[in-house]
Amino acid sequence: MARKTIKVDYLARVEGEGALSVTIRDGRVTHAELRIFEPPRFFEAFLRGRAFSEAPDITARICGICPVAYQMSAVHAMEDALGVKITKPIRDLRRLLYCGEWIESHTLHIYMLHAPDFLGYPGAVEMARDHGDIVKRGLDLKKTGNALMSLIGGREIHPINVRVGGFYKAPLKRELATLNESLKRARDQALETVRWVAGFDFPDCRRDYELVALSHPDEYALNEGRIVSNRGLNIGASEYDGHFGESHVAHSNALQSRTRDGGAYLVGPLARFALNFEQLTPLARDAAKQAGIDSPCANPYQSIVVRAVETLYACDEALRIIAGYEEPDRAFEPVEPKAGLGFAATEAPRGMLYHRYRLDDDGAILEAQIVPPTSQNQATIEQDLTVFINDWVDLPDEALKHRCEQTVRNYDPCISCATHFLDLRVDRG
Amino acid sequence: MTDKLGGVLIIGLGNPDRGDDAAGRAVAARLKARVPSDMRVIESGGEATALLALFGEMDEVILVDAAMSGAAPGTVERFEAHEAPLPAARFGVSTHGFGLAEAIELARALGQLPRRCVVYAIEGRSFALGDPLSPNVETAVDAVVARILDAVYERVD
Repeated sequence: MARKTIKVDYLARVEGEGALSVTIRDGRVTHAELRIFEPPRFFEAFLRGRAFSEAPDITARICGICPVAYQMSAVHAMEDALGVKITKPIRDLRRLLYCGEWIESHTLHIYMLHAPDFLGYPGAVEMARDHGDIVKRGLDLKKTGNALMSLIGGREIHPINVRVGGFYKAPLKRELATLNESLKRARDQALETVRWVAGFDFPDCRRDYELVALSHPDEYALNEGRIVSNRGLNIGASEYDGHFGESHVAHSNALQSRTRDGGAYLVGPLARFALNFEQLTPLARDAAKQAGIDSPCANPYQSIVVRAVETLYACDEALRIIAGYEEPDRAFEPVEPKAGLGFAATEAPRGMLYHRYRLDDDGAILEAQIVPPTSQNQATIEQDLTVFINDWVDLPDEALKHRCEQTVRNYDPCISCATHFLDLRVDRG
Repeated sequence: MTDKLGGVLIIGLGNPDRGDDAAGRAVAARLKARVPSDMRVIESGGEATALLALFGEMDEVILVDAAMSGAAPGTVERFEAHEAPLPAARFGVSTHGFGLAEAIELARALGQLPRRCVVYAIEGRSFALGDPLSPNVETAVDAVVARILDAVYERVD
């Protein structure tokens, strides 16, 4: 890599570091290593000794793009540990808040980070010069997601209104209704987004992945469901550690998740789309079919289309929830501290996010375990690189590097959890 | 006063948990208590599209961010980004290097850049999780607060 991090980003958003190296011998990729930086390790230590009630706010700081995911896994795990049952309006509001995050996070990735790869631009800025109206559509769509997060979460970045047991303050029905108009516009924009990205050229790359996602019989799972796979897995969150394990790999400070028998697996849009297609709304299912994306979709480069379909679903679902919302009698259920062990998995935009907490008698955190989606996908990303890049090894270095980055971007690696692999090395021997 | 300051927005950028990366936010936090009440001061994580939304219809923005250019820690540089792109800002090189420089260039490409866009960059030393601001950066934060206040009150007077 000719450029170093330091020189590329003069004003550095230093939220994550990482590196990618690919080894090529005799015209074949023999090794691919993705090194990622993982704030969750720091936060797991930071959480020990803190009150159970602090977990949602502290874990929200792990990621500036998906704070709601961290909050949702934290509150559900705490409620599991403390035996708290939430009411339907609270459940609905959490789902609505999550829809907001899906809209804003997916849109950011589709428009600003991933689309330029397919249209031959080095980045969103260059794309915006030629396709200003399209970029403006993306920004407007994302803004609706942010508005949803602000109204329910109290703030769009690091929402402050979420607490164990519910919310500090529940929105009024008429407050939510003010979002209807922009959500309908967002739904149209999301549909246009599906059609736009479906027209991109995709490399013909398919693999037989082990796909893992939450699944719920009545809805496209966000906050609640069983952990299932296309290989017959069907477990509760409390059984996660029995089936998946994190281990240190030599090249990375980060822990890499694998199944207990050592296999790589995949979480995120492709997994959800394959396992929960029937739970999408008819509008989202039809859009996917018209886009030519079958479920299951085994081409990770088409994840951008699946993200667009999920964005469409999130707009549709948000409108449905708002229409049926009844204001709760109280914004949160009372919570009594006690000793306990709690587990939860929810669906962050990038994939399943697992939290486990052990609490003492006073509700202070004794142990915290946080497994972000990007570390679960890391082994799969490395395998993708090893397999797919073989077709492109004859490209010049810069073009090859671009293909490698694009391949990693298929997984929308979290800004805080895994980023800035500016330091990309190709070793041709 | 309102006419003069109502169209000005000050944004301090950074990650509060990453040592000197929080320098911009520290400037914003210290300014909040000291600027006239009709002047908006915001802390931001710095994601580009969020910044773009903040630019909105503002006539003038003042941004403060941490830098990592190789200069001595605590070095402050001031750029008039409405005139020219930030130096050495390159795009599309990283997967997620999508922050201030990109926000400014995206705004410029879309014709949404405020008429005046001033950036203060404070060179950091440590960006480790959980670190406090380095002493040199602490001093620089106060210096930038003073410079911005001078500029603000010069305009009010």
